[in-house]
Amino acid sequence: MAEEDHGMRRSLEELRQTFKSGTTRSVDWRKQQLRAILRLIHENEHLLFQLLESELGKHPVESYRDEIGVVKKSVDHALSCIDQWISPKKGRLPLLFFPASGKVLPEPLGLVLIIGSWNFPITLTLDPLIGAISAGNTVVLKPSELAPKCASFLANKLPLYLDPKAIKVIEGGSEVANQLLEYKWDKIFFTGSTKVGKIVMSAAAKHLTPVTLELGGKCPAIFDSLPNADMKVAIKRLVGGKWGPCSGQACIGIDYLLVEQKFASSLIEQLKKIIKRFYGDDVRNLKNLAKIVNKTHFDRLRNLLEDPAVANCIVYGGSFDDTNLIIEPTILLDPPLDAEIMNEEIFGPLLPIITLDNIEESIEFINSKPKPLALYAFTKNEKFKKRILAETSSGSVAFNDTMIQFVCDELPFGGVGQSGFGRYHGKYSFDTFSHEKAVLERSFYFELEPRHPPWNNFKLEFLRLAYNFNYVGLLLHLLGLKRA
Amino acid sequence: MASEDVKNSPATVVFDTEAANSLLKELRSTVIAGKTKSYEWRASQLKSLLKMVEDRDKEICDALFSDLSKPEMEAFIHEIAMIKASCKLALKKLKDWMKPEKVKTTLGTFPSSAEIVPEPLGVVLIISAWNYPFLLSVDPVIGAIAAGNAVVLKPSEIAPAMSSLLAKLFGEYLDNSAIKVVEGAVPETSALLEQKWDKIFYTGNGRVGRVIMAAAAKHLTPVVLELGGKSPVLVDSDIDLTVTAKRIVSGKWGCNNGQACVAPDYIITTKNYAPVLIDSIRHQLVKFYGEDALNSLDLSRVVSSNHFARLTKLLDDDRVSGKIIHGGQTDMSSLKIAPTIVLDAPEDSLIMNEEIFGPLLPIITVDKIEDGINFINSRPNPLAAYLFTNKKQLKEEFVSNVSAGGVLINDISLHLMVDTLPFGGVGDSGMGAYHGKFSFDAFSHKKAVLHRSFFGDAPARYPPYTPGKLRLLKALLDGSILGIIRALFGWS
Repeated sequence: MAEEDHGMRRSLEELRQTFKSGTTRSVDWRKQQLRAILRLIHENEHLLFQLLESELGKHPVESYRDEIGVVKKSVDHALSCIDQWISPKKGRLPLLFFPASGKVLPEPLGLVLIIGSWNFPITLTLDPLIGAISAGNTVVLKPSELAPKCASFLANKLPLYLDPKAIKVIEGGSEVANQLLEYKWDKIFFTGSTKVGKIVMSAAAKHLTPVTLELGGKCPAIFDSLPNADMKVAIKRLVGGKWGPCSGQACIGIDYLLVEQKFASSLIEQLKKIIKRFYGDDVRNLKNLAKIVNKTHFDRLRNLLEDPAVANCIVYGGSFDDTNLIIEPTILLDPPLDAEIMNEEIFGPLLPIITLDNIEESIEFINSKPKPLALYAFTKNEKFKKRILAETSSGSVAFNDTMIQFVCDELPFGGVGQSGFGRYHGKYSFDTFSHEKAVLERSFYFELEPRHPPWNNFKLEFLRLAYNFNYVGLLLHLLGLKRA
Repeated sequence: MASEDVKNSPATVVFDTEAANSLLKELRSTVIAGKTKSYEWRASQLKSLLKMVEDRDKEICDALFSDLSKPEMEAFIHEIAMIKASCKLALKKLKDWMKPEKVKTTLGTFPSSAEIVPEPLGVVLIISAWNYPFLLSVDPVIGAIAAGNAVVLKPSEIAPAMSSLLAKLFGEYLDNSAIKVVEGAVPETSALLEQKWDKIFYTGNGRVGRVIMAAAAKHLTPVVLELGGKSPVLVDSDIDLTVTAKRIVSGKWGCNNGQACVAPDYIITTKNYAPVLIDSIRHQLVKFYGEDALNSLDLSRVVSSNHFARLTKLLDDDRVSGKIIHGGQTDMSSLKIAPTIVLDAPEDSLIMNEEIFGPLLPIITVDKIEDGINFINSRPNPLAAYLFTNKKQLKEEFVSNVSAGGVLINDISLHLMVDTLPFGGVGDSGMGAYHGKFSFDAFSHKKAVLHRSFFGDAPARYPPYTPGKLRLLKALLDGSILGIIRALFGWS
């Protein structure tokens, strides 16, 4: 234990030395590292497909769509934008300051800690890493121990492609995480649960370390009535948005559905059809569906259905394959609102459908719960869309689709309230790992004497005019022509 | 009304957890009712704030004089005028700031449109400091209101006249169902910190900053911490000496007598140049404050006897008191300390390690000016770092190698007044920033919104998954039209 700690201390020392040496400041170094990530992904694509399949049961298409492809796109974007991101931004200065120039200069924070999650073990470690490297930091990556094969992959492969003096992977569980959290970091980026988020932030408080917390919540999907032509697409997107990403184990996956009472049964029928088409209907032989990450979560999900009042609401699915840790896509109709399944983040393939008299009631329903990471609404009613935007709060909103806002690099990705704070993706990743330093340069010419003591009324009047940017008044005042 | 006036009598209503709880409940229902969201409400509050400052500027100056002996000019320049400018800017730009920002979308999400919509966080807590008790209370409130939040302001009890003035004025001018002042000290602040806020904005020191962030962590409340540090001034020999000396003296003693988070804490210059620089600074000190600076009316006093004791202790150290080359006079009865310069105090002395926050100015000499940069970097990140020089290369080296909240070349503190520059710290000097639009942003949530149509649904997204779909997905995510065509036709 002491030895582990000693090794950790030495690693961190080395990283701090590397940062001090200025290596990570060079744009060329950063681009080199980013290209290396690209090579890592490219050269190990098949291995990654295998790992993700065996670890989480993800089909290669799902793995590409949600992990490999996302990372690749992220690196490409960073490589094409990094020169722009690094350049200072001019700040417009009022004439009063003339002659002067102002700018905002981004600089790296130093040594950052990235704690990844198990459900997208590649994306949720490498995507933040791309941001941290682009911004010029040294990094410790702590992948989730609940996806140990992927964690080992990162620990073994990263040093072969990236600069091991600047980027390190430290494997381990909560003990290792707690040890890491004792140290002083210049930033901590955490993806995970609310409970652990609080622990991370408390630890960070001791060192005044800024944090980004990407947490979760119950992401609702509002399903308004739609014309038949659009229903088919909507249903596919709904099903794809619930069970497609890691079998519902996704922070922005749909947690529950809200629909008007009169459309509920038709909706359920259509959902069943598509579920069968996408995944099959024999729990021992389901295709294209990820498995539950481990027995603990498997049991947790099963327990959500233990309460007979909840179990009675199952209208589809409900089968469990203990050996392979697969849970059949399951739909529940109107489970009791005080049941755990309607209060804890489900993070699994169970979909409660709550019926309402009028779809507009969904706004109040959603607002009675903590702010979610994402909110989905399937509707063509422009007024309703406006109400949803104005009257609910969430990390993000997507209309008529699910999950896809994740791949839009120009949109910030992050939570609000209990779903977290801070954001990333695209330039926001760069910003989240940077300090935006204000720089003002003045010249020695044109010293404004009224700035300095001793004070008198002339100076007071001068400054009054100055603050109003009343240049004409100032001139007159200086020439002795203005009456106070 | 929930703004408690604690100082009236010890038996007055105590602001405890229960009081804090019901205060928050009231504010939350105001927010839920949507009152603070409208442009009209925000603009009306900002207009009232402006009117409040314009109508009552005399009372504000009086409170500042009572709490800090702040000269009227300083009260005006640094507090009143800054707040007026801040209000006017917010009023002018509010519509712009509130507008959603359209953003580009890529082929991967085609057809779609995307935007970023700013929305209020909800109910925010602003804890302010004693040294600029008006500015540091009202400026964040302006940002919070502009962003559409309900606000609780907890002014510093170490500036009691301003604290009760703010409670009175906010009560008269602002919407009490959404904006409240809670006065008090540690017990009241603790009661407030137990609650769940949507944001906490704190100006003060690192020790309390840690306490606040720890309290915020329990509720996952995001924080802005505007802290301090030892802001260094590196002075080269290639400068305009007179202008430099004036700016340093104004910047140090003309800003609340050194009690400012961005006040020059210490100077670094070369051994060769030090005598020349010191001479010029002393000359300007006399010009500005006269021979008997201790009693000059143009200088603020030290805020309290606690701080007076703290500052005199810094000079008590024999190794430091022997190095005083100017000033050093103190008067406990009036809480005044004369502008004092100390030359080459030992590096491990308190005065060289704690943030001074007072009228004492250590000068450290080095062999080469570049050594100054290393000296600065071996210490925690300050809120501001200053350099006086005409040399282009030294400027470039300083700007790229010194990490501070903000860097200012050839002047002191002015960057605070530029509302297009973010004002905040890094590392030990804090996290988050404000001023101008940055204030609006600090109190907003920027919600990402993606609008999709039903047209153009890519089957490649859905199971059953096939190799063909994989190829198409790769092309889609790559954004390559050619790749997409090839995949669609099965050519890749």
